[in-house]
Amino acid sequence: MLLKLILKNALRHKLRTGLTLTGIVVAILAFGLLHTIVRAWYAGADATSSSRLVTRNAISLVFPMPLSYQPKLRAISGVAGVSYANWFGGVYITEKNFFPQFAVQADTYFKLYPEFLVDDAQMKDFLHDRKGALVGRKIAEMYGWKVGDVVPLRGTIWPGNWEFVIRGIYHGADQKTDQSQFFFHWDYLNETAKKNYPRRANTVGVYILALQDPARAAEISTAIDATFKNSLAETLTETEKAFQLSFVAMTETILTAVQAVSYVVILIIMAVMANTMAMTVRERLAEYATLKALGFSAGFVTRLIFGESVAIALIGAAIGIALTFPIAQAFGNAMGTLFPIFYVAQETVVMQVGAALIVGLVAAVAPSWRAATVNIVKGLRSVG
Amino acid sequence: MPLIMPLIEIRNLSKAYRRGDQTVPVLAGISLDVEAGEFIGLMGPSGSGKSTLLNLIAGIDKPDAGVLRVGGIDITQLPEAALADWRAANVGFIFQFYNLMPVLTALENVELPLLLTPLSRHERRERAEFFLGLVGLADRMTHTPAELSGGQQQRVAIARAMITDPTILVADEPTGDLDRVSGGEILDLMDRLNRELKKTIVMVTHDPKAAERAHRLRHLEKGVLTDEIESPV
Repeated sequence: MLLKLILKNALRHKLRTGLTLTGIVVAILAFGLLHTIVRAWYAGADATSSSRLVTRNAISLVFPMPLSYQPKLRAISGVAGVSYANWFGGVYITEKNFFPQFAVQADTYFKLYPEFLVDDAQMKDFLHDRKGALVGRKIAEMYGWKVGDVVPLRGTIWPGNWEFVIRGIYHGADQKTDQSQFFFHWDYLNETAKKNYPRRANTVGVYILALQDPARAAEISTAIDATFKNSLAETLTETEKAFQLSFVAMTETILTAVQAVSYVVILIIMAVMANTMAMTVRERLAEYATLKALGFSAGFVTRLIFGESVAIALIGAAIGIALTFPIAQAFGNAMGTLFPIFYVAQETVVMQVGAALIVGLVAAVAPSWRAATVNIVKGLRSVG
Repeated sequence: MPLIMPLIEIRNLSKAYRRGDQTVPVLAGISLDVEAGEFIGLMGPSGSGKSTLLNLIAGIDKPDAGVLRVGGIDITQLPEAALADWRAANVGFIFQFYNLMPVLTALENVELPLLLTPLSRHERRERAEFFLGLVGLADRMTHTPAELSGGQQQRVAIARAMITDPTILVADEPTGDLDRVSGGEILDLMDRLNRELKKTIVMVTHDPKAAERAHRLRHLEKGVLTDEIESPV
């Protein structure tokens, strides 16, 4: 009967409960969306493997390294495999159509990235076609690309008009895999560079290294950078996660602000909820006094109020969470490739439930104290 | 020493309220005995202290001084939690404005005090149905208080007061919010509870019709018991 009393009390003032619920739904939805945005920002780092290192030019990412580093890197103890890539930065029709494009050493690159799942026949076709491209499912769907389509890109870092034939479409092994990338052959880029910009030929943007033992990442990174010390292109080697986080760090202030806003939203709804519960308890003091007169303990009255507050908060949270999924999906689609990995994580849902629970509990503290300590005689005289 | 102890034994009971810097005496050294099975009425003008006396007897207020024994237990000495348990087992409340839970049905309202007992859900239901039948509301069990008349609500409240088989029933203006006919029905019911079930009833009232039903009437005037009238009943 306690549960029945809690639920019936919660729905007693339909308009007030409805308005409070609406506030909680909006707050929990906003909280979930903002957290999903923050997670999406970190998605690149989350999707990294601890068994991969990235080596780049120590001065800056925009400075390349010689291709000749590859055999030296492969020879370092603990390195199981080496591949390399160059950022291409081309434009597809207009600048608005942004997606990451990489010229990769195709034979080795995809062996280091087992999370990119490609049909064997498509991979074979891609490897055999020097102008071939392998694209992620997300951008293929976004631009309506099919295998065999020709995709023109206007080069910015590598000027000129480039044409690629889509030979395969990869899928992600899990939700964390970025499915918005465009890969083509580094050899094709290098051949063109030899003809058009010979000084930039045989250079590499980043080396990706597979480790035999991830626990040796720090030691191997130091060994790599020591190998190329005092060379023309000194290196900086870090884990793939640290490499990705270096991009996130550039926008960290914005992320902190977004996170702060999400918590402020919860604080606001906490105040609204506390006000609702305070009004509710003030109106029902005579009822709580009656219960106490009948012999019910202050603890029972406290449980009634906490139960009602938490019930309203959790009902609001359930609706808010249910709405988070379709709205996040629509938001992610609208954002296109700005957030290549955009999904509501289980951790976000847990945080939403936790936030609602905290709202429900905190909002009930002062009103339940008032009801639990009400003098029975005064309470019986009170008019709701 | 009397051979039989009174059920309610009040000795030199005092109570005062603070109003700002002032202390307002409400009861000034009252002594009163109520025998088991008695139906006693407390009358007096507003502010005479009759409701305060009733609240003290019911254990929902504490005196400043004096002794108040019910069934041999000095309830003024009981700590808060023990006093709540004592009320649950020994006191049935009949309020002027019924004080039912508006979101519960008549049956659930009657069942409510039994949540404090070890009875099973089925036993609670069965007992609540019996007591609702006893007050003549067998056909109103699923109705909420808002769907019942004042008289019917008071009958639900009486069933709720009776369901734990309390030692005493305290009634504060039980007919104060009712018309003459409904008030008469409630008084008939209380009369029956007293006569047939031997319930001890302490009632505060302004209503002369209600006062007529009491075996004994005590008047309070400025916190002091003034006279005693044997009711013709």
